[in-house]
Amino acid sequence: MSATTESVLLRLDDISLSFKGVKAITSISFAVKTGEICALIGPNGAGKSSLLNVINGVYQAQSGSFSYAGQTRRRMRPHQAAERGIARTFQNIALFKGMSVLDNVLTGRNLKRRSSWVEQMLRLGRAPREDDEQRRHAEKVIEFLRIHPWRHVLVGKLPYGLQKRVELARALAAEPKLLLLDEPMAGMNAEEKGEMSQFIRDINREFGTTVVLIEHDIGVVMGLCDHVVVLDYGRKIGDGTPEQVRANPEVIAAYLGTRRTRTERH
Amino acid sequence: MEFFFEVLIGGLLAGVMYSLVAIGFVLIYKASGVFNFAQGAMVLFAALTFVSLLERGFPFAWAFIATLASMVVLALLVEKMVLRPLVNRPPIILFMATLGLSYMIEGLAQFLWGAQVHGLELGIADEPLEIRGMLLSQFDLFAAGTAATLVIALSLLFNKTRVGLSLRAVADDPLASLAVGIRLPRIWALVWAVAGFVGLVAGLLWGARLGVQFSLSLVVLKALPVLIIGGFSSIGGAIVGGLIIGAAEKLAEIYLGPIIGSGIENWVPYVLALLFLLVRPAGLFGERAIERV
Repeated sequence: MSATTESVLLRLDDISLSFKGVKAITSISFAVKTGEICALIGPNGAGKSSLLNVINGVYQAQSGSFSYAGQTRRRMRPHQAAERGIARTFQNIALFKGMSVLDNVLTGRNLKRRSSWVEQMLRLGRAPREDDEQRRHAEKVIEFLRIHPWRHVLVGKLPYGLQKRVELARALAAEPKLLLLDEPMAGMNAEEKGEMSQFIRDINREFGTTVVLIEHDIGVVMGLCDHVVVLDYGRKIGDGTPEQVRANPEVIAAYLGTRRTRTERH
Repeated sequence: MEFFFEVLIGGLLAGVMYSLVAIGFVLIYKASGVFNFAQGAMVLFAALTFVSLLERGFPFAWAFIATLASMVVLALLVEKMVLRPLVNRPPIILFMATLGLSYMIEGLAQFLWGAQVHGLELGIADEPLEIRGMLLSQFDLFAAGTAATLVIALSLLFNKTRVGLSLRAVADDPLASLAVGIRLPRIWALVWAVAGFVGLVAGLLWGARLGVQFSLSLVVLKALPVLIIGGFSSIGGAIVGGLIIGAAEKLAEIYLGPIIGSGIENWVPYVLALLFLLVRPAGLFGERAIERV
């Protein structure tokens, strides 16, 4: 964990968050290096999703600060996070169910459009070329994640696994620097998990996107990630490479190990 | 036969006037899933402000611009003081809030401009025009033209622009909209401002027809069956719904009136709406929710 400052994309510093007195996160600090895949793991209610929500501005931390891409601030609003290259997916898919796959992916590129609404309405000036560009880029993302057979289907009609992929496509369409994935493989079978892992790895390699993801399947996490942060009851109890985390006794006790192995040891 | 067409076209044109009011509802419903009960009050507020400015010697264009500006201010206030504090509440809460809002806006209008009835002259002759032997109201033709222009502009705005895509996105899933960088408050304020503009246009046309008075806010009651038939979330539906209502009530009055008694045009629209509720609860063009169980 000797990350030099220039290669750190995101650094959380002593972040705490509580809801009406109930502590969700207690003074958590860690750093995510540019280009790495970092996993947040921990039991349900450990504060993993809350942490993602702090990073992209949905929640405001009561104390602590975080720096992203060299800038330190107390809070970023969601649209500022999006403008500065943070995209995310949600644990319970948040897609525009009444819109087609293509339109969903296009919303991910909404912030990239520069022409005015008058130009867009009348298809004048920059608008037509820009439309084509957005569309072409969206199509590229759709093909990259192999959802092109469904590009004109309403998202609400797609099976769960595909919806997860559409949500990833929408996030990817924004050309993010930092991709936050909240349980991208929840509810998937082994084969689907393998596919999704491969997509995440491909995104990371091809576009150099930094990824922070939440995942419960330890096998997947160990195989996919460069860096693992372990949370328990809102505190950080482990932080390091998969090997380091796997060897950390506190982590084993709280999360990886079962009661039986613990009693066997004692 | 000629007489039948004359009644039919007269009805269709009258229906466009209902559509104008209904479009205001559709806009807000599309963007926030809220039935905005205050739309009628907004129509009244706009018409009353406009006519009062006109009576105080403002030229037509300036009165229009000033009224439009006041509608935008109203939209910003509504977003800040009503929508933002109630974000993520169930639709029924928001509906109740718009109910209260409608009284606030009516009260404000009365406080600012008084309660007397004003006449409004838009400079369009209300004489019938003879086309192919049919007598058609010039005023209705003008209203229809205005509505058509409005609908084309709105559909371009919704379907071609970034703002339009954001609007549809916000309507569909606010949380997801946040994640792609859409600013909800801005979109809400914008929608209310556009609904205010539509209210202004409707207010001028209805005001010119009925006189600007407090019963103007009751035109919402005629918009209800239009919305039920056309669907709450479709601008095209509001137009088609308005046409159906307009034509049906006029034809019923002429052809059924002599049989079951006259004055039926006041309730025929509601009977029609009831029938639609039984057969197609989402309306002709409304989005049926896709539910997975």
